[in-house]
Amino acid sequence: MESELANPKANQARRKLNVGPRSRGDRVFFGITSLAANFAFVLVALILVFLMVSAWPALQSQGLAFIYGSTWVADEGAEPIMQLGPMIWGSIQIAFIGILLGTPMAVATAYLIVFMLPSRAAKVATTVVDLMAALPSVVIGLWGLIVFTPVAAHWAQILNQTLGWFPVFAIEGEQPTYVDSPFIAGWIVAVMIVPIITSVTREIFSQMDSGLINGALALGAGRWAVLSRVILPTSRGGILGGVLLGLGRAIGETVAILYVLQLSFDINWYQILEPRGGAVASFILARFGEATPLEFQGLMAAGLVIFVVTLIVNTIASLIVNRSTRRVK
Amino acid sequence: MTNSTPSASTLSAEDISVWFGERQVLSNVNLVFPANQVTALIGPSGCGKSTFLRTLNRMHELIPGAGLAGSVLLDGVDIYAPEVSPVDVRINIGMVFQKPNPFPTMSIRENILSGLKLSGRKTANADELVETSLRRASIWNEVKDRLNDQALSLSGGQQQRLCIARSLAMDPKVLLMDEPCSALDPGSTRRIEETIEELSESMTVVIVTHNMQQAQRVSHQTAFFLADENTPGGVVEFGSTEQVFNTPVDPRTNDYVNGHFG
Repeated sequence: MESELANPKANQARRKLNVGPRSRGDRVFFGITSLAANFAFVLVALILVFLMVSAWPALQSQGLAFIYGSTWVADEGAEPIMQLGPMIWGSIQIAFIGILLGTPMAVATAYLIVFMLPSRAAKVATTVVDLMAALPSVVIGLWGLIVFTPVAAHWAQILNQTLGWFPVFAIEGEQPTYVDSPFIAGWIVAVMIVPIITSVTREIFSQMDSGLINGALALGAGRWAVLSRVILPTSRGGILGGVLLGLGRAIGETVAILYVLQLSFDINWYQILEPRGGAVASFILARFGEATPLEFQGLMAAGLVIFVVTLIVNTIASLIVNRSTRRVK
Repeated sequence: MTNSTPSASTLSAEDISVWFGERQVLSNVNLVFPANQVTALIGPSGCGKSTFLRTLNRMHELIPGAGLAGSVLLDGVDIYAPEVSPVDVRINIGMVFQKPNPFPTMSIRENILSGLKLSGRKTANADELVETSLRRASIWNEVKDRLNDQALSLSGGQQQRLCIARSLAMDPKVLLMDEPCSALDPGSTRRIEETIEELSESMTVVIVTHNMQQAQRVSHQTAFFLADENTPGGVVEFGSTEQVFNTPVDPRTNDYVNGHFG
């Protein structure tokens, strides 16, 4: 008796609920939207397949040395040696410098926009920063070459003369020019990723619980204490996500870096003021025009490296941003 | 906590008027909050009592476009005087908010010490300060074995008492409370009311509340705020809690405390 009460109609058949598109118009609309939604996914998959197929012969002939070796000889006729090490290291190095320089700028900008500017000025500032993201990278590259390089070279000179005893800021050659270095390329990358990090950080900051900020102020906190002890600890996950999104762009950056960096297979581990560095994407662009068919395969393999790294970085970034946006709310 | 300490102060508001941009929301409020007394601020929503509370520790000036006239005296010293730092004001005049706001990235212990950290102060004996503050807010027994747990692991009522303890760690002379129980269940409310009674032995308390019974239970004196449509709010009646609730002079006070409007 009791079980019947608890579950009076255990054998009752469940009805099939019709949740799909009903009318013909609905079905057409559903078809178009799902096609569009899948298009990006299919495109990414196709590019990945294309890269893998084109890169496979080169990867097979070069083996793991493709990643860590530092010789690139691909002249007509001879068996090519294609080892991408210095370019991969250079990409990491420049991205790191860019993030180191760009993150404080971006966080400060976001703080200014959300917490200090009156709302009209904040809107203007937001638009200007977003416009920065829309600048074509060739424009940034030309600006970097013509306008920024002389300025940054001056900074590099000061760094070298005051902190030159520290290996990172040492220069080996005589009569240094202070240009074409990873240091300058890092600045250019910083300029390019500041809008991305700013916009993610701004979003996170604007969702901050104002109760926490008021609570801190009521305990006698100044602006800096509120930022460093309440706002940043609460939003650091989201900022990290923004930084990784910036990193995704930094790794894939091509044209702008090509203008301001001397590419070299003489690997430069840490002397960031020296005029030699690497960047995988820029290297592909630099070699592409005159590549032999065999070298072309090597360049495709290089493209595959960037593609996979960027995909991984961006995926992690999206996961972190999503999670911390939820938490802040 | 055996005897009442002399550290409580008298706070007085003289001719306080408040603007947001061009709109005046409070007009000529004169109130005195004597040492060791609990004062309740009551009145319908939108009459300016929370705004007034925020003028008492200079939280008001943080709102863009906020304006103020009149003065607030803490033991005779104007807290808005140019040489007075708002940081010192907020340390002397603590505040507890409507919604519990413990810092989510900090442990219970770190929350208690957060005021010191945030204002760049040091203490000789942090452990003792944590225990004393939590005891004064009557939450020590519930959290003494989990001081390093995250503050958000506490219930809403416990979080609010943690926030009270966090304010007490700064040893304020005055404690401002903005509807501290409105987000809490009756049990938590009762415990906080008991805490308020104990706190008045060592400090001056000003509490905004929408709960008439609460005002009667915890306060010595009551101020009734009212704002007519499109006019700034102000104090209609101010006196001992017993007088305001039992023999109100103004008929509007009588209507409000008896639940006829608001």
